[in-house]
Amino acid sequence: MTLLELIDTCGLEGVLVPDARAEVTCGYTSDLLSDVMAHCPEGAVLITVQNHKNSVAVCTLVGAPAILVVHNRQIPDDMLDVAGREGVALLRSAEDQFAVSCKIGAALAKTAV
Amino acid sequence: MSATPETPGVPDVKPEADPAGNEPLVLLELIQRLKVRDVMTAQLVTVPRSATMLQAQELMRQKKISGVPVEENGRFFGLVSIDDIIRALVAGTIGEVCSRHMTTKLVVLEDDMPLSFALRYFDRYHYGRFPVLNRDQRLVGIICQRDINRALLVELTRELRRLESSSVQNVGQDGTTSIYVLREFPICKYDFENAGKAANQIKQLLQEKKFPPKIIRRIAVAAYELEINLCVHSDGGVLSWQISNGRAEIVARDAGPGIEDVAWACRDGTSTANEWIRSLGFGAGMGLVNVKRVSDEFEITSKKGSGTTVKSVINIA
Repeated sequence: MTLLELIDTCGLEGVLVPDARAEVTCGYTSDLLSDVMAHCPEGAVLITVQNHKNSVAVCTLVGAPAILVVHNRQIPDDMLDVAGREGVALLRSAEDQFAVSCKIGAALAKTAV
Repeated sequence: MSATPETPGVPDVKPEADPAGNEPLVLLELIQRLKVRDVMTAQLVTVPRSATMLQAQELMRQKKISGVPVEENGRFFGLVSIDDIIRALVAGTIGEVCSRHMTTKLVVLEDDMPLSFALRYFDRYHYGRFPVLNRDQRLVGIICQRDINRALLVELTRELRRLESSSVQNVGQDGTTSIYVLREFPICKYDFENAGKAANQIKQLLQEKKFPPKIIRRIAVAAYELEINLCVHSDGGVLSWQISNGRAEIVARDAGPGIEDVAWACRDGTSTANEWIRSLGFGAGMGLVNVKRVSDEFEITSKKGSGTTVKSVINIA
């Protein structure tokens, strides 16, 4: 599924989308960056409350193309700058992690069928 | 009466990243790594409170300095500057004791602050010098712009030599497994701004050399976790990495505070990180476990009160 399809299907806000056609293959929900580094699969959208640039650094390391910040948390300028440089998309949702993870899971499951 | 020092507030003086990205990285690292005490003049010329303004003026003339601290047994009372001398000359009070005419409302620096604080304060206050106090509020030095220029020149020369001695060379014919690289990154306590730079650099290099993504991820994870560990737990240290002879070796070395129980620290979920660190998504006690998991060889040596060294080796051949 492309990022654009994910944004449309799940009603997400695309705060920064460097490549709308980037492929998202799964999701990973976590706020612990060491946990993300240990277990987040490549191609995942990271669903998190961590709205700072270290999350971008971790996504770059594990090859996650997008970060979805929940609860409509503000995305600081330095996070936007780094994400732009690294080509990591920043998405946002008003929903909590569980609700939005379910939505993304359902959307990805449909495309897998 | 003693001086009323105005101590810089920490959040206010955090060094700004150069928005245009033009500030040389080496220089930024240096001004973070060097402390005020590394740069200041510790050989102080001072006068006691009972010295006259005339004596202070004579001392300033002899030593070719533009200000002299008023100090007794390490206790700092104030500073006699050229301005104070001129005022005393005009008012005809040059023969009076300096405790009556010295400047007592002063901005001071602390000796364990990073040099970046001092630079910001020179920029903000336009004073020629700042007295430096230690944690016990004793006068331990004085710092002026000239001290900073001299220290930076010395350190930059040293850095240049170090960079010249490290190198990237392709010595093999296939250009993949035979590269030799050595890099060192100074890491400052709580400097999350720069954490991840070493991991990113190593990752980029390995991608250029077309290493398998799985190997790159393992190396990058080890480097990133060790960088964060230095940032969160040490008083500052150095992360170095080396790729040679089919091995990637990443070493994090710091000078303190040391780990009391290494086996405990290496267990999943154990951490001494504070709430603030945890709120950033770090300090969950998974760092060393992650490093160990991705490493083919893992070593940690530490002693409470001294430093810690962690070495991770990942086979890349």
